[in-house]
Amino acid sequence: MTRIADHFAQLRSRRTVALIPFVTAGDPDLETTAQALLTLDQQGADFLEVGVPYSDPLADGPVIQAAATRSLARGTTLNAVLEMLRQLTPQLKSPVILFTYYNPILAVGPEAFLDRLKACGISGMVIPDLPIEEGETLRTLAQARALEIIWLAAPTSPQARLQNLAAVAGGFIYLVSTTGVTGMRTQVADSVKTSIENLRSLTTLPIAVGFGISTPDQARQVAQWGADGVIVGSAFVKLLQEKPAEERLIALGQFCRSLKDALSV
Amino acid sequence: MTYTAPVKLSSLPDSRGRFGRFGGQYVPETLMSALAELETAFLRYKGDPEFQNQLFGYLRDFVGRSTPLYFAERLTAHHGGPQIYLKREDLNHTGAHKINNALGQALLALRMGKQRIIAETGAGQHGVATATVCARFGLECIIYMGVQDIERQKLNVYRMKLLGAEIRPVDAGSGTLKDATSEAIRDWVTNVETTHYILGSAAGPHPYPMLVREFQAVIGRETRQQSLERFGRLPDVLLACVGGGSNAIGLFHDFVDDAQVRMIGVEAAGEGVDSGKHAATLTAGRPGVLHGAMSYLLQNDEGQIQEAHSISAGLDYPGVGPEHSHLKDIGRAEYYSITDAEALKSLKLVCTLEGIIPALETAHAFAYLNTLAPQLDPQKIVVINCSGRGDKDVRTVASALGWGEDLV
Repeated sequence: MTRIADHFAQLRSRRTVALIPFVTAGDPDLETTAQALLTLDQQGADFLEVGVPYSDPLADGPVIQAAATRSLARGTTLNAVLEMLRQLTPQLKSPVILFTYYNPILAVGPEAFLDRLKACGISGMVIPDLPIEEGETLRTLAQARALEIIWLAAPTSPQARLQNLAAVAGGFIYLVSTTGVTGMRTQVADSVKTSIENLRSLTTLPIAVGFGISTPDQARQVAQWGADGVIVGSAFVKLLQEKPAEERLIALGQFCRSLKDALSV
Repeated sequence: MTYTAPVKLSSLPDSRGRFGRFGGQYVPETLMSALAELETAFLRYKGDPEFQNQLFGYLRDFVGRSTPLYFAERLTAHHGGPQIYLKREDLNHTGAHKINNALGQALLALRMGKQRIIAETGAGQHGVATATVCARFGLECIIYMGVQDIERQKLNVYRMKLLGAEIRPVDAGSGTLKDATSEAIRDWVTNVETTHYILGSAAGPHPYPMLVREFQAVIGRETRQQSLERFGRLPDVLLACVGGGSNAIGLFHDFVDDAQVRMIGVEAAGEGVDSGKHAATLTAGRPGVLHGAMSYLLQNDEGQIQEAHSISAGLDYPGVGPEHSHLKDIGRAEYYSITDAEALKSLKLVCTLEGIIPALETAHAFAYLNTLAPQLDPQKIVVINCSGRGDKDVRTVASALGWGEDLV
């Protein structure tokens, strides 16, 4: 069993809905990212999703785009992100999932990239621009290393695609709540409930919902609809950007805790 | 041993949208069903006589096709080498080849029941073409354009506005075509159920490179027919500029199985390939994934896409179509690059020798004649895709030539 599957199994046995915060690595700097991850880990996170800044983040809305641009402008590199995580993961109870676009993986070379992830204690990856058809080779290579590729299911995915996706998926399925890019929205569409139920009929894997969830109420709603996990990204990234340095980690921890509390009710 | 029939180059892409190792569909899951829907619609109407008749009718009566194959007599005399012919795509309605594809895709969108159209544009030619067909068919039209391109192609921005399009400026990255394309894709991910994305380059995820090529292939089909009628044979060399590569692939496609016809694509070398400020993707790039396809790219060691540079907004792109990437790899087509300064010089030359103001993009193809012509015998026939007219560029050119406010 992979670390992600194992961790989700434990959460399920405790009837706990997983909270999965996302932060962009290197915004405002990698040291802050490391402190933020430690704080989140202690304040209710169950998994940690770490975004590798990319020059052309097609699937991201304005908040995460801007964070990636700032991070790259500071000179953040994939190497430096992985090195930070190598030092950090032994101190974390939550498995770490890397969010990265596909081209940086190609640039390093898929096998070297996966070996490096493994060596850094990373448990899996989300690749927003890699659909299952293009990911066969990488999936085989990842499986050989007990690393999970977390595949995305979209509101527009036809049933036949969802079946194919369920057949190859591992760890959990990342259900995209809305047609669109990442970012905060005022409400979560009711159709998410139907999507969860539909996916449930196709797979026994845990289902985590992301894109557009930014408040405790929204997180609670998605949990009540039957999700096994909730992914919150832009709200954390925005908070890290807007709060003054001395308040940042406290505010981050409080917000994380408030989300976790909403999931525990 | 099993026998594998040789694959005809013209039959690519394969069933997975691949040209050799290039192409594919590297997009968010949300778009996968829309790409499948588009491919199904395209393949259905490709063989539908009613659709083809309608397309042909608009190409003839609205666009003004066929375009002439024009003997550039003074340019030929100037170079003293091969016979130089111009495929006059600049004479199309809206002033460039871009309308061939915009028209085809708009007719497809109507049949798919999509009333909202989005597009990216660099030089503005594809934006103008898209705005034009949207006006003609009563479709809502939103054009994404980089802020730097809005500044240097103002004339086209005014044209799009007049045609009723909404222009959304994109200031991310370098504010050029790459960033406008990313933003158009984000819009499509968000509004995919109501929207058709008219991509203008022979790039992007499958089926776009195939679809754009097929709508542009009319350029090559006419060139073949005109050549056979005039010369009784095919041309010896085809020459076209390459940014994403739509005008070049449109000219090349009908000849790709005719090995005796040389195909040459000319990229933008900007301030020189060694300067780092260029858009010579096939010359200096490495394979990777951008905007949904595997192709040659300008990128750093960590796979971050690098900003391109060219005086020509339409060539200012760090990627290139997957089919060109494949044609380069297998040696079927040759690709070279031309600097800003060389392109400017050629633009002036063509103006004064032929009475034709070519687009800055097109001027790159003309500039390669300085290298090509001396290599060729006088009986050889070279066809240049005169892909667009240069009215949009006169401000950029005037400023590059140091012309001040005192005009005469």
